[in-house]
Amino acid sequence: MKALEFREVSCRYPGQRENLVEKLSFSIEPGSFHCIIGASGCGKSTLFRMICGLLTPVSGTILRDGAPLSEIERACGYMPQRDMLFPWRTVGENLALPLEVGSALPKAERNARIEEALADVGLAGLADRMPEELSGGMRQRAAFARTMLTGSSLLLLDEPFSALDALTRVSMQEWLLEQWLRHRMTILFITHDVEEALFLSTSVLAVGSTPICSLTEIPVPLPDRRRRSDLVRPELTRLKEGLMGMLRGQVPA
Amino acid sequence: MNREKKATDFSSPVFLLLLLLLWQLGAMKLSAAYILPTPLQILQRSWELREVLLTVHLPATMKVTLIGLAISLVLGVSLALLMDLSPFWHRTLYPLVVASQTIPTTTIAPLFVLWFGYGIWSKVTVSVLFTFFPIAITLCDGLRSARTEMLELLITYGATPFELYTKVKLPCALPYFFSAVKMAVPMSIIGAAIGEWLGAQSGLGYFSRRMMTQLDGAGVFAPVILLSLVAMASVGLVSLVEKRMVRWRGES
Ligand SMILES: Nc1ncnc2c1ncn2[C@@H]1O[C@H](COP(=O)(O)OP(=O)(O)OP(=O)(O)O)[C@@H](O)[C@H]1O
Ligand SMILES: [Mg+2]
Repeated sequence: MKALEFREVSCRYPGQRENLVEKLSFSIEPGSFHCIIGASGCGKSTLFRMICGLLTPVSGTILRDGAPLSEIERACGYMPQRDMLFPWRTVGENLALPLEVGSALPKAERNARIEEALADVGLAGLADRMPEELSGGMRQRAAFARTMLTGSSLLLLDEPFSALDALTRVSMQEWLLEQWLRHRMTILFITHDVEEALFLSTSVLAVGSTPICSLTEIPVPLPDRRRRSDLVRPELTRLKEGLMGMLRGQVPA
Repeated sequence: MNREKKATDFSSPVFLLLLLLLWQLGAMKLSAAYILPTPLQILQRSWELREVLLTVHLPATMKVTLIGLAISLVLGVSLALLMDLSPFWHRTLYPLVVASQTIPTTTIAPLFVLWFGYGIWSKVTVSVLFTFFPIAITLCDGLRSARTEMLELLITYGATPFELYTKVKLPCALPYFFSAVKMAVPMSIIGAAIGEWLGAQSGLGYFSRRMMTQLDGAGVFAPVILLSLVAMASVGLVSLVEKRMVRWRGES
């Protein structure tokens, strides 16, 4: 069974004439790590908005674990492009959000799970800090922990590291890979950065055209447990060049 | 930074003292206490009148102020919620409310005395008219300041519309609410005093007017001083509550 499947999905924003997504079909295996790359404004975030039900397709169906999206009532693990920690809540209270809404958990159990999630992302003991007291990387990790607490097996991460400086970004990538190897959730990860995509994903989904009518799947020839030095292998360098070219629209997809 | 702050902390009381000194000297030179009493004369007269001011007229004004403020808050909060919940009412009411701010309330206030008589309600009406609209507008803006992305994030967690209000919209509006109250408290006191000035049997505004007819310049100022002190104290009190409740204000 697929973790996620698009069947001939089309969509557009209210007031737009042209479809942004046109009869798009693709599917995702459970436990895989896919990176979606594509030019800015091509509609990557829009795909996420459809998967988490914020935008309804004009036609076609989206299936999650084999069931149509319209029939399941479940939180989804969406992490928006900006970290969106609520500035009036402490870090701990922010993590409590997915546990507070919908089915409210008993407080004691909630706190235990929050502590556990914080420890998991290396922020143990920081529950009482305010978000503005954290560094950019710490905020992203807190937002990631909050996303994990939704309990969703599918995580939608929208450019989580693009606002970080290069060094922090590299360590966050390694950290995320570690998390994935440990928990084996299904991850969809949007990025502009080809190198980031190759380092993280089992396969890259490239958006070749607007409107989006297909995603080109490019498997990454690396084992799941990988090192940064693997990226300098000749076949990966070639792959990187090819993807860059495709993003710039020089090579037809 | 720290040094500069210290400097400003002292500069404004010193400046105030200078102004008062200037006033004292000017008024002494003019020597017409029925028009321009000196600050010392005002202080002395306030002390003489303390009994009647504090036990009769201050409570009367505060009663009007508190009733007016309560009504304004209930009406203002309801109107803000209505405008936030329904785009139709926002479109319809918001421009009207903004336009109504340009009406000089003071000039139509005498009408309320005609309509509601010399009792408490004509003053309450003036006070409500002074404060109701600013509260509604400020609070409505506050509710609208909630970021769409935050609302959407909660929707993906499965939040109900009610939860969207309690977890995002109200916390976003809270700083705005306190700004509105801090603005409304002095305005409500002024509104009450103006109402009393126009026609009443008690209250600081009424008292000030009675002293005017008796050509008691210092007696006119005494209740005014008391009014400002009460207004400042109330705003201070609201700020204290605000400090405890608002952990965050402005941009994220
Ligand atoms: N709420 C909206 N209403 C109308 N149009 C929108 C809305 N959100 C996005 N769009 C349009 O849809 C298109 C795709 O937007 P989207 O945010 O999905 O792009 P993206 O690929 O995520 O870009 P980026 O990489 O810069 O984040 C853009 O042209 C944008 O103008
Ligand atoms: Mg985007």
